Amino acid sequence: MRYMPHTALEREEMLAEIGVGSIDDLFADIPEEARLGDLLDLPLHESEMNVEKNFRTLAAKNLSPYSAPCFLGAGAYQHHVPSVADHVIQRSEFLTSYTPYQPEISQGTLQALFEFQTQVALITGMEVANASMYDGATSCAEAVLMACRVTRRKKAVISGNLHPHYRDVTRTTLQFTEFETEDLSPMLEGDEDFDTRITPDVACVVVQTPDFFGRLKDYTALAEKCHEAGALLVVVVNEVVSLGAVKSPGEMGADIVAGEGQSIGVPLSYGGPYVGLLATRQKYVRQMPGRLCGQTVDQNGQRGFVLTLSTREQHIRREKATSNICTNAGLCSLAFTIHMSLLGETGFAKLAALNHSQAVTLAEMLEKIDGISIVNDSFFNEFTLRLPANAAMIVEKLASKGILAGVPVSRLMPDNPDMANLLLVAATETCSDSDMNAFVTALAEVL
Amino acid sequence: MLNNKGRPTQPVAVDNGEISIETFTGNMGLRLESPLIFEQGMPGRIGVDMADPRPVKVRLGGLERKGPIGLPDLSEPQVLRHFVRLSRQNYAIDAGFYPLGSCTMKHNPRINEKVARLAGLGDLHPLQPTSTVQGALELIDDLAHWLKTITGMPAVAMSPAAGAHGELCGVMAIRAAHEANGESRTRILVPESAHGTNPATAALCGYKVEAVPARKDGRMDLEAFAEKLGPDVAGVMLTNPNTCGLFETDVKKIADMVHEVGGYFYCDGANLNAILGRVRPGDLGVDAMHINLHKTFSTPHGGGGPGAGPVVLSDALAPFAPIPYVVHNDSGFDLVEQAEGQAQKSFGRMKGFHGQMGMFIRALAYMQSHGADGLRQIAENAVLNANYVRVGLNDKLHSPFDGICMHEALFDDSTLKGTGVTTLDLAKAMIDEGYHPMTMYFPLVVHGAMLIEPTESESRQTLDEFIGAMRHLLDRAAAGDTDYFLGAPHYAPRRRLDETAAARNPVLRYTPPAPTEGEETAFSAAS
Repeated sequence: MRYMPHTALEREEMLAEIGVGSIDDLFADIPEEARLGDLLDLPLHESEMNVEKNFRTLAAKNLSPYSAPCFLGAGAYQHHVPSVADHVIQRSEFLTSYTPYQPEISQGTLQALFEFQTQVALITGMEVANASMYDGATSCAEAVLMACRVTRRKKAVISGNLHPHYRDVTRTTLQFTEFETEDLSPMLEGDEDFDTRITPDVACVVVQTPDFFGRLKDYTALAEKCHEAGALLVVVVNEVVSLGAVKSPGEMGADIVAGEGQSIGVPLSYGGPYVGLLATRQKYVRQMPGRLCGQTVDQNGQRGFVLTLSTREQHIRREKATSNICTNAGLCSLAFTIHMSLLGETGFAKLAALNHSQAVTLAEMLEKIDGISIVNDSFFNEFTLRLPANAAMIVEKLASKGILAGVPVSRLMPDNPDMANLLLVAATETCSDSDMNAFVTALAEVL
Repeated sequence: MLNNKGRPTQPVAVDNGEISIETFTGNMGLRLESPLIFEQGMPGRIGVDMADPRPVKVRLGGLERKGPIGLPDLSEPQVLRHFVRLSRQNYAIDAGFYPLGSCTMKHNPRINEKVARLAGLGDLHPLQPTSTVQGALELIDDLAHWLKTITGMPAVAMSPAAGAHGELCGVMAIRAAHEANGESRTRILVPESAHGTNPATAALCGYKVEAVPARKDGRMDLEAFAEKLGPDVAGVMLTNPNTCGLFETDVKKIADMVHEVGGYFYCDGANLNAILGRVRPGDLGVDAMHINLHKTFSTPHGGGGPGAGPVVLSDALAPFAPIPYVVHNDSGFDLVEQAEGQAQKSFGRMKGFHGQMGMFIRALAYMQSHGADGLRQIAENAVLNANYVRVGLNDKLHSPFDGICMHEALFDDSTLKGTGVTTLDLAKAMIDEGYHPMTMYFPLVVHGAMLIEPTESESRQTLDEFIGAMRHLLDRAAAGDTDYFLGAPHYAPRRRLDETAAARNPVLRYTPPAPTEGEETAFSAAS
């Protein structure tokens, strides 16, 4: 077996050194009746060549969004990942290193994390960010727990226009704690009424921009309302490219920003691994979950970086920790940092402008089709279409023509009959003119 | 000695004591520094070329961003060099030995990276119609089959994103099961030696955590356990092999005892590597166990993540598994995405989309490469290597527990007593010898603990050199060369860092310096 160096002779010699007669002697502590005599009922080892073939066979059974016009979004977006980002994260020193608990030999990971935290703080308009969470949805749940700790209150009011996965993960995470959520219903028109719901027991209000339907919202007034009542405003962003074009949550007065960073540097990979972003104000930093990287100096006075404030974390505080999180999204946060470094101020703004112009172009084409309207009064790179027929059925029909038309809202909100004809459509820099033409033509045909 | 071009071919001897080894650049030969990316920008550069946006009627709802963000502008070669320089400040398993207990730092095969990036796998959107991702769903189902077979368990929840997330999944399933029975139990029992994530997870599920002490032989104290058991105990969380590197010999009894009071047995699967193909947790009475794909099945650690933590479940807990999950019917594979119908008892959703697919691909490739025969050999060689290290060091270091260990060898710091050298100092001196330090001060139940997990990837030659280096360092400590240890590491990219200062005055991000008058910095020019 190519991954294991010992020869049979070496195993014998090592057993002799240990002073046992056989490998079985090393497993003598296992209760006899539970010991496996035979091999597991699984295939035997395979060559690298065969393993690769197996996966090529599986891959061939899927429709790659890169070989089809793709307009899917709803919290995961197709963007071009620069080759430098994917190359660097495959360098041995990043790919195969451990969590940077030994800072003297982990400055590469640590400095990159410090840069990641800075980038996330800058784009969200917040003061500090942590070193990542699992994904946007778990980050949202952790933001709510954090708001409950900060305010010492027990209830979170959740916008109905929050991504349903984020709402569900938050509800799941809170279900056995002393905290609870009040979930509002989705609203396609008008603004949600938060004012009457921000009662003295409310720890936070959770909203999203662009919201699940793609609409951009200014939450400045809501932030003020929250603060007057002693509550926090949690703003969720799951298409971070939007922050290159629009007012940041920090400018609106957000106290915590929970985000999904997949759009920058991280491939779609059928839903994971992604990179959860969590940013807040400096004054709340000791209530934050997850790892934090901080700047310091070494014995020689040279600048260096360490994991810090670990007295919040489970390996020190155990049951009193701010979260049970340990492993985070390290390598994905590195990919994010590299991609964002390549973009810079100029590139990030341009990428955002390009995405918006793509979506506007597509929207204008679609609006010309009879019977179709756009629900949104505003959008960034994704909007909601109202079709004259069931959206899931239309998506299936278009898939059979090799077009990934978008996400039927009913897939995420199945119990709401008002949503049956709604289709979420995203257009990023990866869509070509011919992709858009093919989509518009095919959609008009199947209606 | 000069060659025929008149060029010196041998170094000239110099007295290092008399020349300064400080350099103008701060670099030291191949040790290359890179300032923060924010200190390298110049407005107007770009590292990604893209089409110019079409002029369109803006539909941003009046929310256009007004000011700059403050990101630095760089070109592609600058960014590449920056991160390559950073990478070289890292230790990595590809470059050297990681004897890091509880973390299973093993070889990361590159075929796993290759197949994870195949078109049709790495680029799939999670919300494509399931008719267009039959291969992806088959892959998840196949991995689930391997995990169930390896552990001898009937069900597996695939979506948890890491070990601690898997623990949360398992304990939530336990709580959901009790609540479905109309029971509100309040306590979870956890051995003193447990990972910190265990009590933190139990607390997040609303349970009071009670620690169970260990016996003198490093296993959980059954008498103390029996005393704490009662009808209000929801379950026990036990790592097996435990964090002392020992198999819990009474594990079946522990399972029976907790089942007798109506509780469940959660097994922390961090140490699964030791028992692959030798024993199945399902045969030991386990009700739930997470599997760290980034440990046992070598999806790389990546400097702290991402991981994946699927949780195998017993028949009793399976109905409460989180959504989504893959099902198979006559027309192919499908996803159950809502907690209704067959999933009506599910405790809910834990994560966006369907789980860590990128890690699933890597783990399945790893398993297929090993096969049933290779998996068993992993456990055998891992345990062999740990015992080889134990025997190689046990006249120099004291094992708190006698006898054969599983996949990791545990020592305390008693032989360092009186030397002025601590476990931490010894660990930092290991860095100078070219090793990543072992796990230190964990488990908490052993004074100055040193936990060494060599894994099956390491050759006998690597282990011999490691044992030799450790013996050399221990002799040096015993001989009173304390200052050497207190100053270690001497040869790392940084000396010891001031962690106290970092925590006292947290600097968690770069802030541009205020420009002095008349001087325009790159940042202020961008503003």
